[in-house]
Amino acid sequence: MKGTAREDRKREKDARQGLLISPIENGTVIDHITAGEALNVLRIIGITGTTQESISVATNVESGKIGYKDIVKIKNRELRKDEVDKIALIAPKASINIIRDYKVWEKKGVEIPSEVLGIVRCPNPGCISNTNEPIQSCFLVQAKGMRCVYCDWLISKDITNNII
Amino acid sequence: MRHIISIRDLNRHEIDEILDQAQNLQAHHHDPNALKGKLLGLLFFEPSTRTRMSFASAMARLGGQSISMDSVEASSMVKGETLADTIRVVSGYVDTIVLRHPKEGAARLASEFAQVPVINAGDGAGQHPSQTLLDLFTIRQSMQLRGIHVGLLGDLRYGRTAHSLAHALSLYQATLHTISPKGLELPSGLASELRDGGTEVIEHDDIQEVVKDLDVLYVTRIQRERFPDSASYFKVASSYKVTPELLTGVRDHLVVLHPLPRVDEIDPRVDRLPYARYFEQSAYGIPVRMAMLLRVMG
Repeated sequence: MKGTAREDRKREKDARQGLLISPIENGTVIDHITAGEALNVLRIIGITGTTQESISVATNVESGKIGYKDIVKIKNRELRKDEVDKIALIAPKASINIIRDYKVWEKKGVEIPSEVLGIVRCPNPGCISNTNEPIQSCFLVQAKGMRCVYCDWLISKDITNNII
Repeated sequence: MRHIISIRDLNRHEIDEILDQAQNLQAHHHDPNALKGKLLGLLFFEPSTRTRMSFASAMARLGGQSISMDSVEASSMVKGETLADTIRVVSGYVDTIVLRHPKEGAARLASEFAQVPVINAGDGAGQHPSQTLLDLFTIRQSMQLRGIHVGLLGDLRYGRTAHSLAHALSLYQATLHTISPKGLELPSGLASELRDGGTEVIEHDDIQEVVKDLDVLYVTRIQRERFPDSASYFKVASSYKVTPELLTGVRDHLVVLHPLPRVDEIDPRVDRLPYARYFEQSAYGIPVRMAMLLRVMG
């Protein structure tokens, strides 16, 4: 079956680059992740080596939109909005594609949430959230960065280094 | 349920309300049975004289009673109990908890687990709202808070009272002059936050540069207990001192404040000068803490 001109161009590009990741029938594709952050994205959304999902990761892929990017494909799992919004902290330009029957069923961007719970460790060694208390770290997202609700510490850069 | 955790949680109107009530209480306009039958739990995981005694005194003057932990060593913390569990348990014994703890954010955590109001009496290098309120109260006895020039001298990195006061004064459009030994400057995050909010924060290398332009000089001791080791403490110890000579030619209405205890940062000869208000400041802890107790329990 003959495809559209756009699909032809995509096939041509894939052929040129070599097919980096095979398409998925159902699941989620996270595209336009800041280059080098794919594994951190997986950590943030709670997908680690011990989970069952089938995952493909491509890093430092050429992107017309952001220069270089990472891509993550997760088979048979559709991520919810509140799950994907968490990655906006390190990949603000990421786009989320929900795939059903090989087609993009839904496409959405990410929005930085107002509260970040249990994802980032407070860099303040004197903060109560870094002890054995039964709490999760909690940050309020503000214009200047993220403020720890416990000790008021402001993280304005290097958020990746503080991901739990 | 009303907690008092951080001065940041209070807006200017609420601060003025507490200070106005403290003013009335100072004039002895209060009901000695206002908190009769209420019990205050004093949980102090760090040493304290003034804060602990003044909360107990404030409670007694309002007709209530206080109970306290003897010491950290005698508590279940040594058995490994979390603060969260301690708070849950003590919540069942008292009507309000006053907490001092070495970890920053401890009072916020306590407020999440407590079934009764929590008042923060100092959490590490973090917040100490009752001290800030009494600092403001003391200044207000001599001048209006709005638009004054305040010098913050000393350990501005670890000094929680300076952080809280700086934030509170920013609500009154004060100009802040900071003078501190190298390495103990106001945290850059706090300084930029104050500036972003429109507060003028001016750093000085030497107190001499600015002392004659000040309405208030707020002196803090170097927080030895916050230093990682003795060597780094001794590097900066005794690096500044307020003396009668320094105060020659200052504004007549200058008030010199200190949250106490002092070590050697204020010469005892200054105690006799009209500028010295730190002992009055300490005494104002009673009406201010009475106002705070009435706010959460009254």
